[in-house]
This record gives sequence, C-alpha cells and structure tokens, in this order.
Amino acid sequence: MRRLAPMLLAALAIMAAACEKKTQPAPSGEGGTQSPGQSSNTGATPPPAADTILLGQVGALSGGQATFGISQRNGIELAIKEANAAGGVNGKKLAIRVYDNQSKPEEAAQAVTRLITQDKVVLILGDVASSNSLAMADKAQAAGVPMITPSSTNVTVTQKGDYIFRVCFIDPFQGYVMAKFARDDLKLKQVAVLTDNKSAYSIDLANVFKQKFTEMGGKLVAEQSYSQGDTDYRAQLTAIKKAQPDGIYVPGYYSEVGVIARQAREVGLKVPLMGGDGWDSATLFELGGSAVEGNYFSNHYSPDNPDPRTQKFIADYKAEYKSVPDALAALGYDAARVAIEALKRSKDLTGPSVRDAIAQTKDFPGVAGTITLDDKRNAVKSAVILKVADGKTQYVTTINP
Amino acid sequence: MAQLLQHLINGLASGTIYALVALGYTMVYGVLKLINFAHGDVMMVGVYMGYATAFALGREARASLLGVAVVFAVAMLGCALFGFLIERFAYRPLREKPRLTALITAIGISFALSYGFQLDIGFLPGASPRAFPEIITPTEWLIIGDRDVVVWNWQVISLLIAVGLMVGLQYLVFGTRFGRAMRAVSWDHRVAALMGIPTDRVIALTFMLSSALAAGAGLLYAIKDTSVSPLMGLYVGLKAFVAAVIGGIGHVPGAVVGALVLGLVEEFVVGYAASTWRDAVAFGFLILVLLVKPGGLFGRVAAEKV
Amino acid sequence: MQTPALPVPESRPLVPPSLRGVAPVVVALPVLALFQWLLGGADFASYLLSVMGVNIILAVSLNVVNGMTGQFSIGHAGFMAVGAYISGVLSLQLKEVALSFLPVAASDQVLFMLSLLVGGAAAAACGFLVGLPSLRLRGDYLAIVTLGFGEIIRVVVQNTDSFGRALGLSGIPQASSPAMVYFWVFLVVLAARRLAGSSHGRSLWAIREDEVAAEAMGVDTTGYKVRAFVFSSFFAGIAGGLFAHFVPIINPGSFTFVRSMEIVVMVVLGGLGSTTGAIVAAIFLTLLPEGMRSLFSALGTEGSLAQRVDQIRMPIYGVLLVVLMLARPQGLFGSKELWDVLPRWLPRKRRGLA
Repeated sequence: MRRLAPMLLAALAIMAAACEKKTQPAPSGEGGTQSPGQSSNTGATPPPAADTILLGQVGALSGGQATFGISQRNGIELAIKEANAAGGVNGKKLAIRVYDNQSKPEEAAQAVTRLITQDKVVLILGDVASSNSLAMADKAQAAGVPMITPSSTNVTVTQKGDYIFRVCFIDPFQGYVMAKFARDDLKLKQVAVLTDNKSAYSIDLANVFKQKFTEMGGKLVAEQSYSQGDTDYRAQLTAIKKAQPDGIYVPGYYSEVGVIARQAREVGLKVPLMGGDGWDSATLFELGGSAVEGNYFSNHYSPDNPDPRTQKFIADYKAEYKSVPDALAALGYDAARVAIEALKRSKDLTGPSVRDAIAQTKDFPGVAGTITLDDKRNAVKSAVILKVADGKTQYVTTINP
Repeated sequence: MAQLLQHLINGLASGTIYALVALGYTMVYGVLKLINFAHGDVMMVGVYMGYATAFALGREARASLLGVAVVFAVAMLGCALFGFLIERFAYRPLREKPRLTALITAIGISFALSYGFQLDIGFLPGASPRAFPEIITPTEWLIIGDRDVVVWNWQVISLLIAVGLMVGLQYLVFGTRFGRAMRAVSWDHRVAALMGIPTDRVIALTFMLSSALAAGAGLLYAIKDTSVSPLMGLYVGLKAFVAAVIGGIGHVPGAVVGALVLGLVEEFVVGYAASTWRDAVAFGFLILVLLVKPGGLFGRVAAEKV
Repeated sequence: MQTPALPVPESRPLVPPSLRGVAPVVVALPVLALFQWLLGGADFASYLLSVMGVNIILAVSLNVVNGMTGQFSIGHAGFMAVGAYISGVLSLQLKEVALSFLPVAASDQVLFMLSLLVGGAAAAACGFLVGLPSLRLRGDYLAIVTLGFGEIIRVVVQNTDSFGRALGLSGIPQASSPAMVYFWVFLVVLAARRLAGSSHGRSLWAIREDEVAAEAMGVDTTGYKVRAFVFSSFFAGIAGGLFAHFVPIINPGSFTFVRSMEIVVMVVLGGLGSTTGAIVAAIFLTLLPEGMRSLFSALGTEGSLAQRVDQIRMPIYGVLLVVLMLARPQGLFGSKELWDVLPRWLPRKRRGLA
C-alpha cells in the first residue's frame, strides 16, 4: 500500500504530461473509438425476404412514458396497414416489428440493436422521449440504418449523424413560438413557468421560452417544477399564485397538464395556461374537464383543418383504436408515411439509398403539417396556436419559422 | 400568512393519505417483519376497482351518499380479498423461510401489477392516466379573503374518513381480542402460536385489513387529485413507506405522525424552497431522522439479547 | 432462520484456492462463446453480453453486502449512477485528448480505464458515506437509508446541468467492449471469492450470523461493515462506468429504485451469499426478457397479437419471480456455490466436514 500511492501518482503525472489534443478529430458517425466487438457493417443491410419489407420500431410501451409510446405505435401501425391495403411498396408488403423500451435508454439501445442485427430491418421508427431516441440514434447511425423519429424534439437527436431524421419541429422553435404569441398576441407582461423536471422536452421548451420572453421585454416572476407521475401540484400553484403572473407556461404532457389545469383553477389562478404539442390529446379534456378551457398551446396542426387527409386520418384512427388521435399518433403516422414514400422512391433497400430518399422529402403532405426536411434532417414546419374552448381545440393563428 | 395557511392545509391533505397507506405498511411489518413492496400496487388495484364501480353506477348514483359508500365498500372489500389471495399464495408458503425471500415475491407482485395494468388487453386499463369520476362534487367549504385560502369539502371529508379509519384501527389494535392477538403475533409469532393464537388467521386478517385501508386511501387520493394511473402505486407507495419508517416502522401512531410530517415537509419545500429538490429533501429528512433516532421517531431499537 | 452452510476450510482442494474465483469465469466463457455463436449478429451479442456482464458485476458486488455481511442495501443503483455519471463526464472531457506515447486506440482504452477507476473511486467514497450510518442502524432501517441515498443521487443528477438533467449524458465515447466488461467481471468474482475465503470474509460471515456474538468475539463489526460497503459500491461504480460506455447514454431514469430492486432480486434469487448463484441469476434474468422476445417472434408473424405485446414481458417477469421464489425459497444455490450443488457425477472437491 505504501508503495502503491506514489506509483499511482507517478503514473498519473506521466499520463497528464502525455495528454494532448487528438490530432485527428474522430470521424463522424462511426465514432472515434472502435470497440473490438463492434463490427462496422455500414450500409451492409442484407436483402430481406422477397415479398415483405421489414421495418422496426422501438417505443415506450411500458413505464412512465407508455401512454405516449402506445399512441405513437398506433399511428405507425395505421399508416402501415393503409399502405399495405393500397398495395404495399413496389409490390412488396410492409411489416413492422415493435419492441418495448420500458421508457429506458439502455433498453432502447438493446432493442434497436436487436432490430438491426437480428431482425435486419430496413428502417427504424421511434421514439417519443429524446433520451431514448438518442440511444437508438447512436446504434442506427453506426450500423447505417436510417431512422426517423416521429416526436423527439431535442436538437441533438438528428445531430447524431446523416441517417437520423425527424418529422417534428425542434424545441427551440416551439419555445419561441409560444413566447412570441404570449408577448405579441396575448400581451402578457409577467409569466410563471411550471416545468416537468423529468422530461428533457419540458425543460428545453421552458428554457427557450424564458429566454425569448424576457428578450421580448416580458418578465419572469416565478419558476416551479414537478416530476412526471406527480398528481398534486397545489404546492407549486399556490407559490405561483403569490407571484401574480398574467399567464403560466406549462410545457408538459397532457397526462399531467389536465390535472394541473384543474388544480390551478382550484387554488384560484384564473390566468391562461400555455403549453406545447405535449398537450394535444383527448385525455387532456378527460383529466382537466372544464378547467382546460381558455388555455393555449402550440401544435403541429389543427384538428379543424379541413384538409381531407387530416380528417380521414382522424376518422380512421377513431374507427381502429376507439379514441381520438393525439399529436404523438399523428406524428407517428406521418413518420411512417414519410418512410413509406421514401421506400417507394428509393432505388433499392440498402441503408444509403433509403437515407438519400428520405433526405429528399420535400413538401410532403403530412396530417400534422407539411414536411420538408432541411439539410440538418429536421422537418421545417410552421406551428399553429390552438385555443381550448367548448371541449375542443380552436385554431387561433399560424407562426412560421 | 394566508399562503402559509394554504400550504398547511395542502400538506395535511397529502399527509393524511400517506398516513393511511403507511398504516398498511406498518401493520404488515408489525406482524410479519416484511416490507410489503407490493402495498402501493395493491392500492392502485383498489383504486381501479373503485373506478370501475363508479362507472358502473353511472353519473347520478355515484354522486349520492349511498353511491360513495358503495364505491368505497366494493373497493375495500375487493382489495381485502385480493390482499388475502396474495398473502395466501405468495407470502404464506414462505413464512418460515428467510425474510428476504418474501420481499422478492413482493417485488415480483409489484412488477406484475404495475406493468400488467399498463397493458391494454382485455379488462386491463392501459397506461394512459384516467380521470377518476367525481363521486364527491367539489365545493368550497371555506373561503378566506379573495380565495387566499380555500378549503374544499372533499378535504374535510377525506380528513374525517382518514381520522375515522385511524381511530378505528387504534381501537382494533389496542381494544379488541383480535388486536391483542395481532400484537402477540407481532411480538413473537411462534410463541403466540404456542399460546393458542391462530397465527395464520391473524396474519391473513392483518393483510386484508391493510389492503382495505390501502384501497380506502387510494380512493381518497383519487378524489383529491382526480387522476389515476397504473404507476400511481409506485410513487405513493414509496412515500408512504418513507413515512412509516420516519414514524418507526411497526408503530401505528408513529406512521400517522411520520406521514403528516412528510406531507408538510414536502409541501413547504415546494412552497418556500425549490420544487426540484422536493424528493431529495424528503429522503434527506428521513436519513436525518434515522441518524438522530435510529428507530424512527417512535420506534424502539429492540434490545439485543446476547 | 436456517443455518446457512459456512465455507468450510478444505484439507486438499481440487482447485487451488487462488484459482477458485477464476473457475466460474472459465466455465462461463465457453458458454458465452456458444451463446454468442448462437446469436449470430455480433453487435447484438456483444451488447447483450455487456449488459449481462454489468449485471453480474452488480449482483456479485451487492452480494458481498447483502449476502455475506447480512446487511440489507437497496440503493445499489445509486452507486451505479455515481460511477456512470462521474466516468461519463470524465470521458466526455477527455474525448479529444490522447496520450502521445500510445496509439490512439490504446490511449483511448487507457483513458477509459482511468475514468472507470475514478468513477469507481467516487462510488466507493459514497459507499463509505452510506456505510457510516450502519454504525447505528440495523436491518430495514439501513435499507431505507440506502434507498433514500440512491434517490437523492438521482435527484441531484436530475438537477445538475453538467449531468444533462433529464436528457442525460449522450455522446459518451463507445469505449467499452465485452472483453473489458468481462475483465471486470473476472476481477469482481475473483475478489469476492477470495474475500469469502479470507479471514476478512469469515468476519463478514460472522457479522451476518450474529452481530453481537461477532462483536463479542473481537470482530470490529463497524469497520468490516463499512469496508464491505466500500468494496461493493466501488464495483457498482465500475459497473456504472462500463454501462455508460456501451449504451452509451445515461439518464436518471435508468437508476431508479426499481433498478436497485432488480439487483436485489438477482442476489436473492441466486442465493444469499453465493457468488456463483448471483452470477447465474444475473445471466438468467438478463436473458429472460430477450428469450421471451425470441419466443414471441417465433410465435407470431408481424401484426399478430404475439407481436403486439412486447410489453407483456415485464408482468411475466414479475410472475416468474414469485413462482421461482416459491419453488426455491433459499435461492438457486442457497449459500452454496455452483460446485457444491452440481450433480454427483461431476468431480466434486473433497470437503473436510459436513
């Protein structure tokens, strides 16, 4: 022991002295360090069975985010059924294999690796939570399998590499949209923010909102947070009430926001609540009742949209799953349809061809807004602001990027 | 000042519900020395039983006094039966085995219930949170100032039900033959058996009682926060367990005090400090209490026999 | 309480004592190789093997506290989180750094090893902090302190910007490999086995059997308990570090108390105090969900019910735990080791007593 410590110190000193900047930056995609067990079969997706094209999906079907993951799975499933009913892709039927990630990134990484190497899927869809999608993106990018995430809004997801796409807008845009609307249209002067501390999406939206809103001359008077799964928000709301805000930004998910709205009215907060696309669900009305009326949220599309495609989707979804589709279902549906369109255009089913076909997606008429993928593989979409009134959502305005 | 009062009311409201769940933990621990990790999930099952009953009754019937009684009765009796089955088939066969063994079956049951209820197959409710039907129409009972302090009827009703259940329990444990048998089993179940106490029956009844209490607590919780989900048992169960330990696990009034203290601590951390640190403060408080009083606030550290 | 079989000193061991810890790994390697071959795709096999290895490290290290010392820790995921986050942050900082006297690949491995050790040391320091209350606390009260500590760690991580808050840390270099994981599996198994047979280990067994009697016999119970905690949390930290470098994203949601429970399950299912039991249980419980997945794939085609219910694996897992515990309440091996319960036709080492 007495000799060990100096030896360790000496070793550390030598290593510290030897440290230098890596001369060559790590090649993008494959990652700088190659572990021995990891084979680099970029683009070597083997040909699948002759008559079907197998897609893969990893989603949170159990655990804290299960309700979102299941909506997303339903949307994707519906798109695939429709495509198959319409004759499939170039004469081939589509099939999808769905794995559960229990709302945990390590399970997502394991499931996606299984999809890639065991099931040899052509393309991967998923997930809702950005941390799960990040875990998947690492593996998909390394293996050269294209991946489209329907609703992971964190900026870093598509930065993982050129095989990773998304069909939703990113957090900074949505935070900005609501800040602009709150300041310019609602003329709010001082707001409070109530964040879901377990959700990266909520934290990001709140941060952008706070920054933009104060830049536009507004004032932030209170900041509170809760954890996904909580059901009692009275303490936070009572504290917010004391700060006397004109409005409260609650960029959470409908599973909590419905109850928050109810309890906000209960403690006597009459100011409007504002939120993001996480609000869009029939469950919001079920949980919030009349308390959600008069509140605003940003979304990808308005269910009022007379576009027949949107209306048909809503009708089909209701017929199939006995519930009104939420934003996650709509985005899942869009992601699957973008994938199917790309597969139709792709000259073969290898990773690089499918990737290039997806990247060319332009003015795609999705049910949740028109999708054009930019050079960062993010969807460029305008956002709509919806108001909750009379037990449904009403279109207020559109804000462009 | 008004805000302080409101926080006090909120904290007590959560505290009473923690208390009812904590009582279940503490009773089972008392007789079996088993941390029943499935307790929160049993509560969740009870809530869904009440949910189904309330729906079956329809909008009119469930809002009446009788309707509320029926919902509570169905959920509590159903849960008692459920608790009995769990005890009979998952815990009793392991009675004479190392204690940790029963803990693992408790974890297994907890996983099976909380994940099972997330499935959307058959009668299972699925992962999406549901709004609990209004069986007590919320009305303000007391308003001070410009809604500076609001006390709701259900807060008063919950408190009354909770206090009623606790007083009943206290009488049961300390004033009846069954309670004496329970305490004897808790002291030493082998010796109790030698004294002619039917330990199996006492333990089964304790389980049923704790499950029924859990169902009652769960319903109060659902009335308070209106949202029910398959994972609710996990969150509430953990907090109630902490409350039971703060009070001294196995000690009935201790569980109540621990739960009220925990409810208030959480409320005031959120109200006056940082809401992000709520859970850390709750557990930090627990550790602090245990460092000062290793047996919890009221518990005794058993004298060691050499 | 049953009296568990204490390790009995043998007169002439078949396997030299110094190699006894190695034996299970030697046995496991061909099994794993076969398994890897069966799985076909190397990526998936190496991922699954890494998960399995990390679980083995966690189970074997927790077994030292819960099994050998008879304490009851249910906060192992917290120590794992400390190791994962500290080594993850360090690796992110060192991402662009290389040692000039080594080729890049080797230098990356050296730096990875360094950040692993730092993560392990940080976890060990936390283990020391948690071990201290065991001065005063017994049984279930200690358990709840470890649980509380694990939850506090999770909240701290969730509120710290440099730890990525709810999103977690991503972009950690994928430096880990099954070889590295199993190197540490080897180390922890060796250490645990050597500990079990040493005088240290006998003190731990004594504490487990009767703390008061052990104290009376001159065993420094507090010292040994704290050391057991430090030992176990160090390896939990290492497991976390390895985990962070192959997933390679870490998130507070991966270190909840449910995760701690899963590790406790492995230890109890294997048999409290049995190192090989913990290994077998860890392997079994890692493969079980994937096995169910394969089963479902075999059962149905895409779109059928069998393909739609991947999430049914967790409820089945729960029910299986109950069934397994009812079938074998003492765990797979009780306090014995694999070779003590192997069928008689296998060469058994001679035992002095019993």
